[in-house]
Amino acid sequence: MTQPSLVHVLQPKWRTALQRVRQERASGGGGKLVILALVGSGFWTGAFGLCFYVLRALRSVEEVGVPIAEKMLGIILLSFMSILILSNVITALSSFFLAKDLDLLVSTPVDWLRLYLAKLGETLVHSSWMVGLACLPVLAAYGVVFHGGLLFIPYVLLVMLPLLLLPTVVGTALTLILVNVFPARRTRDLLSIIALGAGAGVILLFRLIRPEQLARPEGFQNLVAFLAVLRTPTSPLLPSEWASRAFMGFLDRDFDPQPLVLLWTTAAAFVTLGAILHRQLYATGFTKAQEGAERFVRGIFWRNTVGVVLLPLPVAKREFVLKDIKLFFRDTTQWSQLILLAVLVVVYLFNIKALPLHRGEQVGFFYVTLVSFLNLGLAGFVLASIAARFIFPAVSLEGRQMWLLRSSPLDLKTLLWSKYWVGTIPLLVLALLLTGLTNILLQVSAFMMILCLVTICALTLAIAALALGYGALYPQFETENAAQIPTSFGGLVFMMTTIALLAGVIIALYQAVYTYLRAVYDHEPVTVNSWMLLWFAVAAVACIVATVVPLRVGLRKMESFDF
Amino acid sequence: MIRLEGITKHYGSFVAVDHITLHVPRGVLYGCLGPNGAGKTTMLRMIAGILRPTDGRVLIGGDDVQANPIGAKMRLGFIPDRPFVYDKLTGAEFLRFVAGLYGQEGDPVERRIAELLEVFELSSWKDELIEAYSHGMRQKLIISSALIHRPECIVVDEPMVGLDPKGARLLKDIFRQFVDRGGTVLMSTHTLEVAEAMCDQIGILQHGKIVAHGTMAEIRRQHAAGDASLEELFLKLTGGHAVRELVEVLGASR
Repeated sequence: MTQPSLVHVLQPKWRTALQRVRQERASGGGGKLVILALVGSGFWTGAFGLCFYVLRALRSVEEVGVPIAEKMLGIILLSFMSILILSNVITALSSFFLAKDLDLLVSTPVDWLRLYLAKLGETLVHSSWMVGLACLPVLAAYGVVFHGGLLFIPYVLLVMLPLLLLPTVVGTALTLILVNVFPARRTRDLLSIIALGAGAGVILLFRLIRPEQLARPEGFQNLVAFLAVLRTPTSPLLPSEWASRAFMGFLDRDFDPQPLVLLWTTAAAFVTLGAILHRQLYATGFTKAQEGAERFVRGIFWRNTVGVVLLPLPVAKREFVLKDIKLFFRDTTQWSQLILLAVLVVVYLFNIKALPLHRGEQVGFFYVTLVSFLNLGLAGFVLASIAARFIFPAVSLEGRQMWLLRSSPLDLKTLLWSKYWVGTIPLLVLALLLTGLTNILLQVSAFMMILCLVTICALTLAIAALALGYGALYPQFETENAAQIPTSFGGLVFMMTTIALLAGVIIALYQAVYTYLRAVYDHEPVTVNSWMLLWFAVAAVACIVATVVPLRVGLRKMESFDF
Repeated sequence: MIRLEGITKHYGSFVAVDHITLHVPRGVLYGCLGPNGAGKTTMLRMIAGILRPTDGRVLIGGDDVQANPIGAKMRLGFIPDRPFVYDKLTGAEFLRFVAGLYGQEGDPVERRIAELLEVFELSSWKDELIEAYSHGMRQKLIISSALIHRPECIVVDEPMVGLDPKGARLLKDIFRQFVDRGGTVLMSTHTLEVAEAMCDQIGILQHGKIVAHGTMAEIRRQHAAGDASLEELFLKLTGGHAVRELVEVLGASR
């Protein structure tokens, strides 16, 4: 029998993608495209500008400029590769073992090699497209600063393809082995913890090593020691090192084919080894993947703890809140993100502590107040990202069960109310923790402490409402993976609105803070005058509007849902 | 008990349900038949308050599903064709959650949960996460959830899908007893034998309209079908000639 071509095996995937684009165009998705293009080009311009500025400055430094640029590229590519291995492990689990089309593919006479290559390609695209796009402005800046010319564009593809392929093969092989040891449903739980633990470790390590010290050569004993560190490869066996050597050789007009040959031969060898492993282990792994994870749960813990606290609530609200909490803590892919969150908080506070504000020398009261004030915006951004991940998908995740909620006498207001407070209360605790601890570390005045705490509370209430409201406006009922929901168009619009709100509130409060600072500088008693009150009121109104309007709009949208 | 007054549902230019008027009285088991895409599921979802009709209204026990949804839904139990439930809850937790949605809690609910799980042979699974349940077990759990609040009427879409013969027989008995005690069941099914054996009244839908309605005897009379079986009637009313021709073509091609 003639085997179907790879393009044929992958046909449903690319046809679905094309159809989605057509549907989007037919439903007047031009506005979405414009916003996406604006945000995308904004990000690329920003990243390109930053890289361009740094690289141009480096290029002008004799002797050390180019090695530092190469080292930087190596670090960037290494970080991308580590992220990609983790991402590929999780994506491969889904595409090789849990995807809906597998029953069809496995039951048809498609040979093992085609199945492997088709699914490998699918995994590569799904896990690497974002990293690929993030690489673009960085590599473009290298190309422009070092005058790579037009030939640099195909050269980038030539280097990046094997570099992206390697983590895909490694991730896929790891998944294949793990699935053969554990059932897939368990493996997914296990992998989430491994991936997040590893991610958290990388962030912590990166923060604790403090790579910014590399940019302070005065810390080294002499120039030779500094150069020695720069010229030593991080590891000669790392593909990211080969790629950075390949790029810099090309850009420095010192082309050496060795790193390219290494990249391509290694990639080919890895794909071959991956295919052999697939042939040996896939059939048993796929069978194991169909096994469920048996778990008996009593559920008494939640009923006797949170259930008791919620007793004053009406039974429908109480059961709904309890249900949401149980679902969250029983889904490892959800709760395990709290580990990452905890690490981020530690890194955040560590960064504030590392600021050169309290190093013995007299630092102005002005700077401390300014940092504490601007921290509101940063904390707000962190809270918005967390709300995007946990609160934004809340309505979408009810999608498949909406038949139950809509056919029961549950009021949609109750549903929205429960979702809002289940998301807001933990966010509020985190907001107070972030702002309060930061202000204690900064040793701010009582005025700033109260201002910051009240503002962050108001902002948190608004951010949670915006997340829930936009989540209802742009629901993703068909998405099975909660992690994909915030990366949708609705998630992007939510983030943009939240950033606008943060900017608005900070600009409004700036007037009040400026009045306060002047009073302190002029050694006048700090009194809350009518000017300050006016701007407090403006900020408060902005937060109230941002809380009430999205919830109302979200509720109206939910009432019009058709299932 | 269930009254539809000219309900219509449009999806863009496509008319899924076209001005259906129907009354299902108390104590009746009504079967809704029709080919795929006839509009059965859309009609049932509008009755359950999941879909909003483009036009017309649905009354359950006198309460308008759109104007007074709480009152209407308190009387109703809905069983969908696809058993989507919360995978990370246990069977008992799911039933407790559903009872809570109807404002019920405490010992009576616990007793009802135990009773329903026992009837559907799920007692030994009650503390296991639903993600480990088979399709049929999920279907049984959803049927239990529709009965947990002791509804006055049940709307059910393809009740037998996924059930083993024992479960199917059990469900038939439960529905019969429910109707004998004054309850109302409105169900859609593709299994004509089930409809013929169980239903007091039958409606046949095609292209979003009811093309035949009444007891078996009434439908036979209306369409001068003598003592034709439901299958023959169904094929006659919904384009059975095409099916016969297809069978002949397939037979000839062997």
